[in-house]
Amino acid sequence: MQHLEVSDVRAKYGTLEVLKGISFSIKKGEIASLVGPSGSGKSTVLRALMGLTPITGGTVMIGNERMNYSSAKEVRAARDRMAIVFQQYNLFQNMTVMQNLTLAPLKIKKWGKTDVITEAHRLLGLVGLSDRANAFPDQLSGGQQQRVALARALALKPQILLLDEVTSALDPELVNEVLDAVRKLANEGMTMIIVSHEMAFVREVADKVIFMDEGHIIEVGKPADIFDNSQTNRARDFFSKILRH
Amino acid sequence: MERILEQIPRFFSGPNMTLLLEAAGLTLAMTLTGCLIGFGLAFVLVYLRQTPGMWALPLRWICITYVEVFRRIPFIVVIYLVLFFIQAVTPDASLFTIAVIAICLYAVAYTADIIRGGIESVPITQVEAAQSMNLSRLQTNIRIILPQAWPVIVPPAIAFAVSFIKDTALVSQVGVFELTFRGKELNNQGYSGLLVFGTIALCYFLLSFPLSMLGQYLEKRLATPRGERRSRKIRHS
Amino acid sequence: MNYGFQFGVVWDNIPELLEGAWLTLQLGCFAFAGGSLIGLLFATIKTYGVWPLRFLVDCYVIFITNTPALIQIYFLYFGLPEVGIRWSNEACLLIGLTMNAGAYLTLILRAGFLSVRVTEIEASQTLGMSLIQQVRYIILPHIAKSIYPALANFFIVVLVMGTSVGALIGVDELTGQAINLSTVNYRWLEYFTVVAGMYVVLTFIASIGLALLGRWAFRVKARIF
Repeated sequence: MQHLEVSDVRAKYGTLEVLKGISFSIKKGEIASLVGPSGSGKSTVLRALMGLTPITGGTVMIGNERMNYSSAKEVRAARDRMAIVFQQYNLFQNMTVMQNLTLAPLKIKKWGKTDVITEAHRLLGLVGLSDRANAFPDQLSGGQQQRVALARALALKPQILLLDEVTSALDPELVNEVLDAVRKLANEGMTMIIVSHEMAFVREVADKVIFMDEGHIIEVGKPADIFDNSQTNRARDFFSKILRH
Repeated sequence: MERILEQIPRFFSGPNMTLLLEAAGLTLAMTLTGCLIGFGLAFVLVYLRQTPGMWALPLRWICITYVEVFRRIPFIVVIYLVLFFIQAVTPDASLFTIAVIAICLYAVAYTADIIRGGIESVPITQVEAAQSMNLSRLQTNIRIILPQAWPVIVPPAIAFAVSFIKDTALVSQVGVFELTFRGKELNNQGYSGLLVFGTIALCYFLLSFPLSMLGQYLEKRLATPRGERRSRKIRHS
Repeated sequence: MNYGFQFGVVWDNIPELLEGAWLTLQLGCFAFAGGSLIGLLFATIKTYGVWPLRFLVDCYVIFITNTPALIQIYFLYFGLPEVGIRWSNEACLLIGLTMNAGAYLTLILRAGFLSVRVTEIEASQTLGMSLIQQVRYIILPHIAKSIYPALANFFIVVLVMGTSVGALIGVDELTGQAINLSTVNYRWLEYFTVVAGMYVVLTFIASIGLALLGRWAFRVKARIF
C-alpha cells in the first residue's frame, strides 16, 4: 500500500517547465531522498506538494485521497496532511519559539490548548531546545532556528514531513545538531521526503533515493545501489563529482 | 511698524489667545481624526488591492486608480468636491465632518502606498511558511505580515500626518474655525497681517515641529534590531 | 441625492479652464526652477559653509517646512503691504512658492550630496582624475541618479498642491478659475470634477515627460505611476 503516490506531475515557473512529468511513490514510514544537481527541480517537487508552486498536470494521491490542487479547498487538504521545513527556516520573526509552534495547531487545527502546549514542550525537548521556548528567532543560532522549524512542522502532526535542504544555510559546525534531530525522527518511523546535499546522511537514513535532473526523475533505488552502482551516465557523473572526496 | 507695536498688547489679549488655542485644537483634531480613519481605510484598500485571482482584477484597478488619482488632485479641489457633494446628499452635515472626510480621502491615498511598501518589505518566505500551515490570507496578514511591517509603516505614516497638519490650512476656505480661518478673521478685524500671520505661522510651527521630532525619534527607535529591543524590554520587566 | 449634473455649462468654459491650466503649469515650473536655485545654494552652504551660515539655513528650512505654504503666502499678501511692499497676487504666490520649494529642495539636494560615497571619490582619484573631472563624471551623475525620483515627485507636489494655493489669494490658475466660474452659476460639482480631471491629465503628462527626461539625461527609471 503506497502512502504517497505522485504520477506525472508537471509544474512551470512562468514559461519555464521545471517539472516535466514526475512519478514516484513512498510507503508509510519510508524515507525518500531527492538528490540531483542545482536546478534539477527537487525543491520544486516539495513546493508543488505543498501547493506553493502550482502544478499544471498530473495527480497526487495521499492514502486513498486524490489531491489535485485545483481549488483552494484541495490545496488546504494537502497542506493539512503534510508539513514542510524550509532551507531558510522561515520562522515567524514576530513570535516566540512557543508561539511559532502553537500558532497553527491552536488557530488552524483548533486542537485543545493544554494538549498543544504539552506537545510543543515535548517536541522542543526532542530537538534539544526545551530552555528556549520564550526566545525570539533572532536570538537563536541558525542551527537552533532550524531545529525549532523542525519542531514547528512536527507540531502539525503531519502524515508526511518534507525537508527542503534543511542544512544548506547552516554553518558547517551547526549541521550535525539538525541532522541528529532528523535522525531521531527517522528512528520514530516518520514518513519523510528529504531534499539534501548531505550524501553521507542520505545514505544513512534514506530507504530510497530519487535522482533528478532537468525536471525529470532519472533513477530510483536503494542508496547503496544508486550511489555506488548507478545505471545511468548522468547519475554516475553526478555522484562521481560529489562523492569523490 | 509703530502700528504693529501698538497692536501687540491688544492682539495678545486673553480672548484672542483662547480663540487661537481652540483653533489649534481644531486643526489638530481634524487632522488626527481624518488621518487615523484614513489610515484604517488604507489597510482595507491595500488588502483589496492584493486580492489574488482574475476575478479581482477590476477591484485591483479601482484601488490603484484611487491612489493615483488622489495624489494628482490638489487638496483644495478635493475639499470643494466633498463640500458640495456632501451638501447635496445631506445638507446639514457639519463643516468639521466635511473637512474630516476630505482629509480622510486624501490620507487613504497617501498612506496606502506607505502600507504597501511596509507589507512588501516582509520576505515572501514568511508568507510561504504561513501558507504551508494553512493560514488564510487574512490570518497571514494580521498575525505574520503586519506585526513585522509595523516598524516600516509607522514612521512615514506619522510623518505624513504631521505634514498634513499644514495642508489642512486650506480647509479655512470652507469656513471651519481652524487656525488659518481665525487668522483671516483677526486680520479682517484690523490687526496687522504681519502680526497675525506671523503668529499663526508660529502656532503651526509649535504643532508641527515637536510632532515631527517625535516621529523621527520613533523612527530611530523602531529601526533598532528586534533582538536588542526585546532583550532591553526583558531586562526591564 | 437629487442633484442634476449639467456638464454643458462647463464645456462652454473649457477655454478659460485651459488658460488656468497653462498658468498653473507656468507657476509650477517657475517656482520649481527658483526653488532649485535656492535649494542648490543652501544645500551647498549646508555641506561646505561655515557654521553661522549653516545655522541660518537650518533655521530657514525648519521654519518653512513646519509652517503651511498658505500662511507664508498670506504673510506676503496681507502683511508686506503694511511695510510698503506691494506685490501682485501672482508675484506673492510665485515668491511664496519659490521660497517654500527652496526649503524642501534644500533637503532633497542635501540628501543627494550625502549620497556620494567616499570610496567612489577615492577610486576616481586613483584614476588620476582632476577635481573638475571628478565632479563632472562621478559626483554629478551620482547625485542626479540618486535624487532624480525625489525631484520628479516634488515637481508634481509643487504643480498640484503648491500652485492651487493661489486660488485663495485670487490668482486665476486652474483652481482659481474653477472658483471664479462656479461662483457665477453655482455648478460647483461639475466645475471641480472637470478641474480634478484636468489636474490628473496635466500631472500625467508631466510625469511621463519627467520619466522620459530622466531616462534620457540621467539613465534613471523614474516611476510614472
